[in-house]
Amino acid sequence: MNPWAPFEWITAIRFLKEGRMQTMFIVTAVSIGVAVIVFMSAMLASLQANFLKRVLTSQPHIQLVPPDEEARPQRHASAGQFVAPIIQRPVQRIRSIDQWQKIRASLADWPDITNVTPTMSTSALAVRGDASRSISLTGVDPDVYFRIVRIPDYIVAGQPRLLTDDILIGTELGKDLGVTLGDKINVTGASGAQRILTIAGVFDLGNKGANSRSTFVALRTAQAIANLVGGVTTIDVTVGDPYAAETVAAAVQASTGIEADSWIKTNAQFFTAVSAQQTSNTLIRVFVALSVAFGIASVLVVSVIQRSKDIGILRAMGGSQGQILRVFLLQGGLLGFLGSIVGATLGGVGLVVWHAVLRQADGSEIFPLVLEPSLFAYAVLLASITGIGAAAVPALRAAKLDPVEAIRG
Amino acid sequence: MAEVANVLRLEGVCKSYNIGTPVETEVLHDITLSLDKGEFVALIGPSGSGKSTLLNIIGLLDRPTKGRLFIEGHETSRLADAEITRLRGHAIGFVFQYHYLISAFTALENVMMPLLVANEFPDAESRQRAHDLLADVGLSPWENNLANAMSGGQQQRVAIARALASNPALILADEPTGNLDSKSANAVFEMMQTVNAEQGTTFLIVTHNMDLARRCRRIIEVVDGRVAAPA
Repeated sequence: MNPWAPFEWITAIRFLKEGRMQTMFIVTAVSIGVAVIVFMSAMLASLQANFLKRVLTSQPHIQLVPPDEEARPQRHASAGQFVAPIIQRPVQRIRSIDQWQKIRASLADWPDITNVTPTMSTSALAVRGDASRSISLTGVDPDVYFRIVRIPDYIVAGQPRLLTDDILIGTELGKDLGVTLGDKINVTGASGAQRILTIAGVFDLGNKGANSRSTFVALRTAQAIANLVGGVTTIDVTVGDPYAAETVAAAVQASTGIEADSWIKTNAQFFTAVSAQQTSNTLIRVFVALSVAFGIASVLVVSVIQRSKDIGILRAMGGSQGQILRVFLLQGGLLGFLGSIVGATLGGVGLVVWHAVLRQADGSEIFPLVLEPSLFAYAVLLASITGIGAAAVPALRAAKLDPVEAIRG
Repeated sequence: MAEVANVLRLEGVCKSYNIGTPVETEVLHDITLSLDKGEFVALIGPSGSGKSTLLNIIGLLDRPTKGRLFIEGHETSRLADAEITRLRGHAIGFVFQYHYLISAFTALENVMMPLLVANEFPDAESRQRAHDLLADVGLSPWENNLANAMSGGQQQRVAIARALASNPALILADEPTGNLDSKSANAVFEMMQTVNAEQGTTFLIVTHNMDLARRCRRIIEVVDGRVAAPA
């Protein structure tokens, strides 16, 4: 007997050791349950983190856009007249955000906001020889913009450099126009403005449509091609906590009077998918935890019956109801703890092996593995608490056993 | 508190079952008896006479329906369950017919158990006391054996050592030799007599064996829930 261990610990551990077959089976059952929970949770956390990273590194958290142009009827009815105006939605010209420099400066001071950068988006035609393609031209300040949308991470050839005559294009556009790094293409804006630009880098965003349409140039170059010198069409913003983007966007809109769309609003489907995934994951976890709890409870119920004489003797020796209660609660907790240690290890190792074996066609990983130590700590803690909870009924039954009846059997 | 000569005193103790129902049955009727310190008493009676019920009441495992029970001068009827448990732990030791050692523990640990229950931690003093008690009952070589790796006689001697561990004033033995061969039964009985003589522990032994009962200094007979021979 360990001189530092109290009666309840000594007795609980001895009871578990003596019924080693029962203990082994239930620890195995708990381990499998916890392994499933850890495996699934870690896998979903990894997938979600990966999705989130992809979504958040390819778009700003908040985008400020100029207000839509609205038709304003000129004629109003005077007394005795009736007017039935037919109001057509006006065409939406490319317009600059009014006083964007002032807005950018004020947003930069917001504590929640980490990056602010103006961009100029327009459509244009990329021409080389007989080939031409319509493109989406985004003029950016690369120093700040590339901290928001991590184009440098997707560069497959060249550099993310944007001097006045540089352009970054997608792999598909390169193929369509038959151009490669260092080649020149003719870019014509809707206004007719033309520029000859040099391909400084080629990127692969992992999406064929984006790779054939998206291009990036310096802000001033885009302003010149759009014939909107000094103007910007959007102000892109990142915030410290991406999940608070919606709140910050609302505050920005209230403060500046300019429409601010958060990534949460513009990616509603993503959140629906994440939410559905989390719900199904939670359901699976709850049912696995329930089956683990019932497994522990059933083993302890049998144990109480098997040990009724021992309980009676302990009570006859002066053992209190509280001591007997704690002996059985501890057994539940220990079964949960031991099972979760083995299960968490199995789940973690299983995921690492699965991640190493399952690869994309090109040999790269399907998703980056995220194994948070806190997941293991929570799994062990929750399984131990579940074990104690599951032991409550058998433990109460043991504590309330009439010693006379218990000894008599 | 002044020294109390009576280790045990029962005054008009009655016990009924199924109280308030049509099948209410009184199994003990107006039992009055007392045991002095150091007595070695046999409790006899035919099966169903109420011996075990009486022993359970004396052992504070059950409560009387009427009457008063004093253990070492403490009147027990008004004590709360927790106090009863504490009093039972330090004042009374039990020896049962079927030993009832806890199989998960060794002989030494079984003997330490009453002290562990009371003190919470297995200190060196408890270990030494258990060691000494096992030596007294001649089981030192077997002290590390698990309970079920010993013969019936050895187990019963461990049970007696365990009953003595907390140095109780009263030991209640419910047919302690009933499950043993005559040689082992005699050895166990002699051991109890020795403990009684050397340590002055009071023994109340329920037995069907009249030979053993006659070797006790006093016999209390229970017949139909009443004490037949006055204490």
